[in-house]
Amino acid sequence: MNEATRMPKAALDNLIAILGREGYRVMGPVARDGTVAFDEIRSAADLPVGIRDAQEAGRYRLAPGIDGEIFGVVNGAGSLKPHFFAPAEPLLEIRRERRGFKANEIASAAPPHAFIGVRACDLAALAIQDRIFLHDRFRDAHYELRRKDAFFVAVDCTRSAPTCFCVSMKTGPRATAGFDLALTELPGGFVARPGSPAGEAMIVKLGLSAAGGADEAAARALIDECARGMGRRMDTADLPRLLYDEAENPRWREVAARCLSCANCTMVCPTCFCHTVIDQTEIDGNMSRRVRKWDSCFSLEHAHIHGINLRPKIHDRYRQWLTHKLASWIDQFGSSGCVGCGRCITWCPAGIDLTEEVAAIRASAGKG
Amino acid sequence: MATPYLTHPARIVARRTETAGIYTFTTRFVDPAARAAFRFRAGQFNMIYAFGVGEVPISIVSDPEDPATLEHTIRIAGRVTGVMAKWDVGDVVGVRGPYGNGWPVERARGRDVVIVTGGLGCAPVVGLINYIFRRRDQYGDLHILHGVKTPNDLLYRERFDQWRREPRTRVYLTTDHPDKSWHYRIGVVTELFDELAAPASAIAMMCGPEAMMRLAAHALRAKGIADDAMFMSLERRMECAVGMCGHCQYRENFVCKDGPVFSWRAVKELTRVSGL
Amino acid sequence: MKPRVAVFKFASCDGCQLQFLNAGDELLKLAGQADIVYFPEARGRALAGPYDLAFVEGSVTTPADARRIIEVREESRYLVTIGACAAAGGIQALRNWADIEQYRRAVYPSPEFISTLSTSTPISEHVRVDFEIWGCPIDKTQLLAVTRSLLFGAQPVLPGHSVCIECKRSGNACVIVTRGEPCLGPVTRAGCGALCPAMNRGCYGCFGPADAHNMESFAALLADQGVRGDDAMRRLRGINGYVRPWRESADALAAKK
Repeated sequence: MNEATRMPKAALDNLIAILGREGYRVMGPVARDGTVAFDEIRSAADLPVGIRDAQEAGRYRLAPGIDGEIFGVVNGAGSLKPHFFAPAEPLLEIRRERRGFKANEIASAAPPHAFIGVRACDLAALAIQDRIFLHDRFRDAHYELRRKDAFFVAVDCTRSAPTCFCVSMKTGPRATAGFDLALTELPGGFVARPGSPAGEAMIVKLGLSAAGGADEAAARALIDECARGMGRRMDTADLPRLLYDEAENPRWREVAARCLSCANCTMVCPTCFCHTVIDQTEIDGNMSRRVRKWDSCFSLEHAHIHGINLRPKIHDRYRQWLTHKLASWIDQFGSSGCVGCGRCITWCPAGIDLTEEVAAIRASAGKG
Repeated sequence: MATPYLTHPARIVARRTETAGIYTFTTRFVDPAARAAFRFRAGQFNMIYAFGVGEVPISIVSDPEDPATLEHTIRIAGRVTGVMAKWDVGDVVGVRGPYGNGWPVERARGRDVVIVTGGLGCAPVVGLINYIFRRRDQYGDLHILHGVKTPNDLLYRERFDQWRREPRTRVYLTTDHPDKSWHYRIGVVTELFDELAAPASAIAMMCGPEAMMRLAAHALRAKGIADDAMFMSLERRMECAVGMCGHCQYRENFVCKDGPVFSWRAVKELTRVSGL
Repeated sequence: MKPRVAVFKFASCDGCQLQFLNAGDELLKLAGQADIVYFPEARGRALAGPYDLAFVEGSVTTPADARRIIEVREESRYLVTIGACAAAGGIQALRNWADIEQYRRAVYPSPEFISTLSTSTPISEHVRVDFEIWGCPIDKTQLLAVTRSLLFGAQPVLPGHSVCIECKRSGNACVIVTRGEPCLGPVTRAGCGALCPAMNRGCYGCFGPADAHNMESFAALLADQGVRGDDAMRRLRGINGYVRPWRESADALAAKK
């Protein structure tokens, strides 16, 4: 099942067309307003061909890249998250009746989605969200409906952004799980390998033939080179204990002086799952929708209980976010909540870098 | 496949005023199937929905052996409970649950039980005390400790007096600032523990302000009660009650599904840091 | 009996009252739920108080209005302010940093007929306010949600978090990160649906300060973006310039200059 095949770049249009015919809404990274996000595509020409991203803490630019390179942009602010865990969606419709009310679930009726150009870190993030919305004590019906029929075409990273640290989080740069088909982009075409029976069937439909050893070796070499060249690192050794023991490290107050508490990091994080459910009621009072919206532990309301705020200071909230992401998440769900995608670094207007914060806390541990 | 947020209409069949601002509502599910399927353990809670306004977590105070009707005691404290104050017999509310772990009533069987509460009354322990009285022979002596700032804060005064008359039950009350009506002890709640005659094998269950419970845990420890034999009900913002919305996190715990009752051993370290 | 609702205007442009009219069908349905007994923008005849619910638009800028708002408060069981003028003093609060005499003479041919205060102040500086709806103008959906909540007898609630949360929910590209555009989003209360960033412009702060904000860090961010001190000061001293966190931050920037 892991046999690698050779896929000409032109076959990408064929793949998109087949997926479309099979009833999928085909999504890929699309350049818009100076970044990329997953959006509907009709052909490979809708992808950011010949464009690369330049990322650093608090800064993101798209710039001309290499002619003909299709997957030159590593990532943008938008991960897979909004396509499964919707930013805002009505869950229930509650209608007043003569005596009381009736609550009905609102089912979303979207066609299954196929995603082309998904990075390894984002697949890892989706698996983490699955753990929360599907494999915990309760299952989320709205998430499950979109999740169960989705098709994923992964792209191995042969280039990293300076904000990436997936090697430290062991989620990339090569896609290892959670995809139907994985591509490695070489200058002259893709090396494609299946990750599921559906992916194997797709290889047959595309009429791809086995890749030569040289192509496979070239693909491996590019991915390995990307891993070796990844500039950013996070030392994850004994992380829960370190952050638990350092709950009163002065560094939390130092980072809080820079933190805007604006919540951008949590919005772009592909694993952050906090949400709130509010009533949107018709003015005549006869029908109310219970609507779920993304929420954030950086908002003041998040830890508010009648008259008391349990995390009133920015340092309380930053500590909650980072400690949850990197430490208590492991206790709760068996893995770190961080996949090393670097979005929280790039999209923080103040340019706060969590890898730097962890390193600083580690360096000053036990001295408080 | 239903969303875990689906709420079930339930009709209020009785309303009782406990004291100003605290009401107990008895509800019955409108749908017979929902009624038949509902089972709960002592100390679990439901999410109660006010049409168009919102949901709040409320503990179930009635007995698990009578699941046909459920009793919830609601203290008027915020915007949703503010609306609930106006509810009356015949009104329909939303109920989903039960959630949370409940009190360790099985573990407590055959042992003395120490119940510590403080502040403005605490509905979860009223349900617990009633549970034990209905199964009196299964438990050892019952020690109820309750501290209030001022005598006016002592809600359920008649109830404490009634409990004190029960066999094998001792009630210890104290206030920081007594007035003429006060004929119980004077002093902070921790001083009550000087009088407490409970063996080291007792099990303790607490509900109230966290600072009070922390002090009580230290006092009980001094009586020889083990850290993992002391339990406290914690309050956090609970919106979903199913461990998905993220609000009630207390470091590694989701208070809604891992709690709301925690052993002192599980949370002792956490209580040392503020703002977690 | 249906609750009696009144809408009052103080120093303002009427834009927030217009949100009632913009509500269209919703307003007609509201008229079935409540008696709108005073609303100069929509009906000629005014009915006397008391009122169950009073909406107040505008700031206090004249001695007469300073007296009138006290009367409104006395006649109203629940008082909700609508808009930036009522909550923060509005754009007209720019006079709070200027010489009102000079303005009066410059603007009016016969300044002796103009009776005005030297400041424009929010309603909450004069009377107790039960709830504030922010925005310039306010958001129609928020207005209806607050009204509905009050009809249910519930204290209203609106999000106090940053515009960034709404902006990211909408899938907008951050104008600060992708273009270095100055944007008040990180320190501004949500409510507009991130209207300006969706149009590729920075946020102007129409909804006032978010509950959680860090003005020191935000001022540092503007400086990093190359926004000069006096420019940064003017950005904060806009529609909601007189509200405390922004006033203090802008004053600090002015002092530095």
